[in-house]
Amino acid sequence: MSRIVVHGLEKSYGDARVLERVNLTAEPGEFLSLVGASGCGKSTFLRILLGQEQQSRGVVVVGDRPIVPEPTPQRGIVFQRYSVFPHLTALQNLLLVEDFRSGGPFGRVFGARRRSARQEAEAMLERVGLTNARDLYPASLSGGMQQRLAIAQTLLGRPQILLLDEPFGALDPGIRFEMHELLTELWAEHGMTVVMVTHDIGEAFKLGTRVLVFDKVRHDPQFPSAYGATITYDLKLDRKNRASPRDVAKVAAMVGTTRLDSAIATTAS
Amino acid sequence: MQAVSEADAGAARPSRRRPRVRLRLINATISRGGALLLGALPFATVAAAYLIASAQRLAINPSDKLLPSPAQMWSAFFDLATVPDKRSGDLILWADTYASLVRLFAGVGVATLVALSLGVAIGFVPRVRAFLLPFVTVVCVIPPLALLPILFIALGLGETAKITLIAVGVAPVMVRDIANRVMELPPELVAKAQTLGGDSWTMVLRLVLPQVMPRLITCVRLALGPAWLFLIAAEAIASTEGLGYRIFLVRRYLSMDVILPYVGWITLLAVTTDWLLVRLSHVISPWAHPVQGK
Repeated sequence: MSRIVVHGLEKSYGDARVLERVNLTAEPGEFLSLVGASGCGKSTFLRILLGQEQQSRGVVVVGDRPIVPEPTPQRGIVFQRYSVFPHLTALQNLLLVEDFRSGGPFGRVFGARRRSARQEAEAMLERVGLTNARDLYPASLSGGMQQRLAIAQTLLGRPQILLLDEPFGALDPGIRFEMHELLTELWAEHGMTVVMVTHDIGEAFKLGTRVLVFDKVRHDPQFPSAYGATITYDLKLDRKNRASPRDVAKVAAMVGTTRLDSAIATTAS
Repeated sequence: MQAVSEADAGAARPSRRRPRVRLRLINATISRGGALLLGALPFATVAAAYLIASAQRLAINPSDKLLPSPAQMWSAFFDLATVPDKRSGDLILWADTYASLVRLFAGVGVATLVALSLGVAIGFVPRVRAFLLPFVTVVCVIPPLALLPILFIALGLGETAKITLIAVGVAPVMVRDIANRVMELPPELVAKAQTLGGDSWTMVLRLVLPQVMPRLITCVRLALGPAWLFLIAAEAIASTEGLGYRIFLVRRYLSMDVILPYVGWITLLAVTTDWLLVRLSHVISPWAHPVQGK
């Protein structure tokens, strides 16, 4: 397991600065929830951790060396959409992990390796409750089932760090609750570090061991994009006694959410 | 109270006829039978117009050649299909069809392979894109028929020139289309494939090729129209057999009784090819053709 260290990270698009002076140290096995107003750069931060985008300045270290500036199996990702491969059935989506990992130039494993990969995939399907959907294409799965499949696929890759970009943002509240349960269990089983971007303050407090708020501290009224966001609030949650409503209210005020009641309710659930 | 409610019930009883609601034109659907009928109407209209005009001309002059009767056309077509040619001993229709289809499929086949390999490379690899996309974009706007004399001069009048014309004519547009489709792949999928350990090559095999396959087949379907055009143009100019050659040959004798069935035969071949390609797409990429409803 490896810790994440981010130091002096800055990201600009041309003149527009999105992130600045971001510093962060995350211990192995932590569950970080990133919250912040829309467009504050928390998703950009996640994409930099993923390697899909490069920082303009600063370093990101995972384990003992800076991350490679492209996505690698070290870091797994679940997006809100387009998270599974639409041309493969549920089972094939999971088999693809082993095919990519050790399939060589054909991108496919054969024989005994394929049989064991299949067993592993079937077990994982059962774990996330998709056994009945094994031969369906993602287009015929519901949003919740697709996200369960995406999480299962990512976990089969055994990443050291699991990145989640608003993974449950498009789901109904009931389904979202089930997904919270599943994710909490899987996190406990696998013990990897999780970094989750979410809009839902309640979700951030309920799942995370640490809530990070992204916001701008400096403002230039003449040129709003002159300064970027940074981590303005870093709240470590105690596993025993979870966040108090006061903490939730404080973060909600920072992010500017209007649905405080539902956030507190989600946290308590 | 009782009386009133009974009266209400009477007034509210639904009438047997469905209420006539005028829907917007774009929302008014049509039954299956109605759709078939409407679809058949243009065919029937053209056929009827031809039959009437043909009958009128033949009534005035029975040896008129411009609008032959169906019987005349059938007998000419049947002869070409069953009676060996006096000079060569070939069954002309089948020899023509074979020669044309070999050229057509060779040309389109080459174009498809080029489009798939170049299109994927341009769409997926930034360096190849920088290297080749400007060139392909320029080549796309050269009118292929203007190249025909060059091809005949450079490659001779044989099969190579005709196949090359078809390939050169349709490939550039296909390359661009496939490259565009690859560039439209959601970046999320490409990122995800990399987090699962895919390298550039295995991602081509397991992600890009399957994803562009439906598009490639659509491309081929669209390319077949221009391909027939180039085929017939090339055959008209320099050939000794082929569907296009035959049409332009018998034009000298005003043999509409051969030209019209040949045009119909070409249409039938084109429609069949198109239908087969649609079926192929369903077989290869079932995920891209979800069943509507249950």
